[in-house]
Amino acid sequence: MEKIVVEDVYKVFGPSPEKGIEMMKQGVSKADILEKTKNTIGVAGVSFSVKEGEILVVMGLSGSGKSTLVRCLNRLINPTSGKIYVADTDVTALGPEELRQFRLKHLSMVFQNFALFPHRTVLDNVAYGLEIQNVELAKRRERAMEAIIQVGLKGNEDSYPAQLSGGMQQRVGLARALALDSDIMLMDEAFSALDPLIRSDMQDELLQLQDKMQKTIVFISHDLDEALKIGDRIVLMKDGFIVQSGTAEEILTNPADEYVAKFVQDVDMAKVITAESVMLKPKEMAYYETDGPKSALRKMRHSHISGIFVRKDRKLLGYVSAEDASEAIKRGDHTLEKVTQTDIETVSLDTPAVEIIPLLARSNYPIPVVDEAHRLKGVVIRGSLLAGLAERGTE
Amino acid sequence: MDLYRIPVGRVIEAIIDFLVDHLAFATRGFAAVTSTGIDWIVSALMYPPPIVVMVLFTALAWFLARNWKIGLFTFLGLFLIWNMQLWGATMSTLALILISTLIAVGIGIPMGILAALSQTAYKIITPILDIMQTMPAFVYLIPAIPFFGLGAVGAIFSTVVFSVPPCIRLTCLGIKQVPKELVEAADAFGSSKSQKLFKVQLPIAKTTIIAGINQTIMLALSMVVIAAMIGARGLGGEVWRAIQRLEMGRGFEAGIGIVIVAIILDRVMQQYGGKGQQAQQGE
Repeated sequence: MEKIVVEDVYKVFGPSPEKGIEMMKQGVSKADILEKTKNTIGVAGVSFSVKEGEILVVMGLSGSGKSTLVRCLNRLINPTSGKIYVADTDVTALGPEELRQFRLKHLSMVFQNFALFPHRTVLDNVAYGLEIQNVELAKRRERAMEAIIQVGLKGNEDSYPAQLSGGMQQRVGLARALALDSDIMLMDEAFSALDPLIRSDMQDELLQLQDKMQKTIVFISHDLDEALKIGDRIVLMKDGFIVQSGTAEEILTNPADEYVAKFVQDVDMAKVITAESVMLKPKEMAYYETDGPKSALRKMRHSHISGIFVRKDRKLLGYVSAEDASEAIKRGDHTLEKVTQTDIETVSLDTPAVEIIPLLARSNYPIPVVDEAHRLKGVVIRGSLLAGLAERGTE
Repeated sequence: MDLYRIPVGRVIEAIIDFLVDHLAFATRGFAAVTSTGIDWIVSALMYPPPIVVMVLFTALAWFLARNWKIGLFTFLGLFLIWNMQLWGATMSTLALILISTLIAVGIGIPMGILAALSQTAYKIITPILDIMQTMPAFVYLIPAIPFFGLGAVGAIFSTVVFSVPPCIRLTCLGIKQVPKELVEAADAFGSSKSQKLFKVQLPIAKTTIIAGINQTIMLALSMVVIAAMIGARGLGGEVWRAIQRLEMGRGFEAGIGIVIVAIILDRVMQQYGGKGQQAQQGE
């Protein structure tokens, strides 16, 4: 179900916005319009929609209109023309009082520089939205505490924002939005002001929270890695226009134009490429029920490999190396029971390459890739991983 | 050849005469009320023995500033004033400053808020403030007399006119300086205009507003000598008398009294304004 629908929205700042739109439609460039009419184009004829429970990332460099666009959704900035429907309500048609009520009920927001109230404690910051709604004191404290616990800030509720680190401050910002129970969250560059490591933690936490909450989130970002990580879909903006929209993979593998291609060329491929795309078909497998050490060793020699994965009940059981198999033959074992290592590392189909590299470094066997039913789908060896990375990197 | 003289002075005089004719009953009523108020405050301050008042003021200064040095200075300063036999004059000066500051703040803060929130109001108020601040303070004494009569109330009127501009300006500045993102956050969470003002803008602007009030108090103090010219008593009256009789020593004593009062009020206000800020700034 579509939660937010944006239809042909323009935002022009300046003395004669209507004229700006007209020139825009005639194809006059942004710079020429500014020079001739003193109008600045913020958002130029943007249409998109966000499904319920989805994270949509609006991405672009500074000046691309993405922050203006998100402010049009809750009308911190009034769009010059176009329609915006949120939860089937035409936001652009709301009067001041209706708009206020609508923001209370549906839209909460997280800001780039946190925008915490310096004179209020963490608890009072988080309870702000509830206070505005005249929720009684005991109840709003209870709900604010729940939100504070949710973001892992329990014990800090009586601190002032300035006493907290950047990461903790933004958790307060997040809690303030969560306490409201609104169905839509607008996040304007919410993690951009944080250190890279903390940013990555916050992204993980947002995804975990989202698993439980299933809110509709519009996330503004200038960081492609971030967009790829958290976005179900991505809208890429430039100069107020949407250049391309789609899933991360659609944009990466099929950039709409040179601008997008340039934008994505610096993507850290190790984060995007998954186990599935660099794994090899296993050449051979040993069957626990039927193969003994001898037949396992024969399969290895035949395929020129130094070890083999063992399958039992159609599931991956473990790994046998050639040395262990030879030992077993000498001892006269008839089954693979004693020589199968069962505590081996496995990865799933969508594990990014960046997480496989350390596993490869510390294990002396290829990394098996398994599906949900723990069936062996492929193996990743050093060569295949490097080849996969090198190939995408140069495209 | 006579050049035509533009009748600036005559026009202003006519306007003021007109206002006096039609408003004097109101201003005289106000004068009566205020005058009674001042008398009450002065007699309340003069009723207990000076040592009790000194201790009370010291305690109040310490309570507001949370600083023992300021408390000690308050006590020693007041003791010196009492010793110089300026106690009564100091109390009437304090009463005068208290009343004019209350009136100035009561007018200044709402005007400042108005100027901050409405661009039109800002454009009207700013030039008026410029005139008020550059016009020599003595000039305000002249219309004060027909409206309020000789004495303390006329002095309060001219003191308010002279001291209200910084309160208006700094209130306006404080509100305008609230970061844009915080105002957006207040809006985004559905605050009404008054919720935004009282829960976000004013608390954040508090330090700047208190600085404005502090300046208003200081200007009011600097006005006490001038106000003495139309019959206000107090430390200013002492100075004025010393000038007329060329009593150098007495003049300096009263001057030192004014300085002591100024330092106490200024330090207490500064500490009070800065205190809330420290808790919010972290360690």
